[in-house]
Amino acid sequence: MKIDLVLDAKGLACPIPIVKTKKAIENLESGQVLEVLSTDKGAKSDLTAWTQSTGHTLVDYAEENGILIFRIQKG
Amino acid sequence: MTEEKKRTTIVLFSGDYDKAMAAYIIANGAAAYDHEVTIFHTFWGLNALRKDELVPVKKGFLEQMFGKMMPRGADKMGLSKMNFAGMGPKMIKHVIKKHNAMTLPELIDMAKEQDVKLVACTMTMDLLGLQQEELVHGLDYAGVAAYLGDAEKGNVNLFI
Repeated sequence: MKIDLVLDAKGLACPIPIVKTKKAIENLESGQVLEVLSTDKGAKSDLTAWTQSTGHTLVDYAEENGILIFRIQKG
Repeated sequence: MTEEKKRTTIVLFSGDYDKAMAAYIIANGAAAYDHEVTIFHTFWGLNALRKDELVPVKKGFLEQMFGKMMPRGADKMGLSKMNFAGMGPKMIKHVIKKHNAMTLPELIDMAKEQDVKLVACTMTMDLLGLQQEELVHGLDYAGVAAYLGDAEKGNVNLFI
C-alpha cells in the first residue's frame, strides 16, 4: 500500500492524536492514505469512530510492539 | 461539501480545573470531528477566560472582592476533588506533563486554533463584576438566546 503521509503521534495523549490526524488528513487528496502511529490505548476506538463519522476509511490496522498503526484513506 | 456542519455546544458553568479540562477536551475532539463548536462560559466557568495579570478597571467594592477571591485565569483554577489548598493542581499538572497530555491553558489555545467559538455570558459577567478588559481576546459576548440559537441546532449539547 502506498502511504502518502505519516503522522507520528507516539507518546501523545487524548485529544492530541485525533486533532493532529484531522489536521494531517486536510493535507491529502481524496483517495490518498495517511498512516498514524500512536501509543494511546484509546486510539483504536477513537480513530475507528472518527474515520467512520468523518467519511474516511480505515483500510488497515495493526499493532507492533505496543505501537498502534492506522492506515486511513481520505474520503 | 454543501451539507451543513454538525454542531457541538458546551455550557461551562464550573470553575474547576478538571471539569474545564473535560469541557475543552470534548470541544477539541468535536472540532476534530469537523463540528462547529461553541463553549458558553457562565458563572465560575468565566474564570477560565480571565487574563492572568491584574487589569486595572473601575469597580465597586463587592465586585473587587469577587475579583480577588476568584482564580485569575485557567492556570489558577482549583480541582473539584483533592484540591488540598492548591497542592492538588500542582500534582495534576505534574502527571499531565508525565503522560504527555495537555494542560488546561494548552487545551484552550488548541481550541482557539481550531476555531472553537468561545462565548462569555454577559449577565454573569455583571454578577461577578468581570469586565471585558479582564478577559482574554477573541471572545464573543452573548446571553441565553445566542446559546440556544446554537444549541437548538446542536447534535451534542453538554452542561459541565
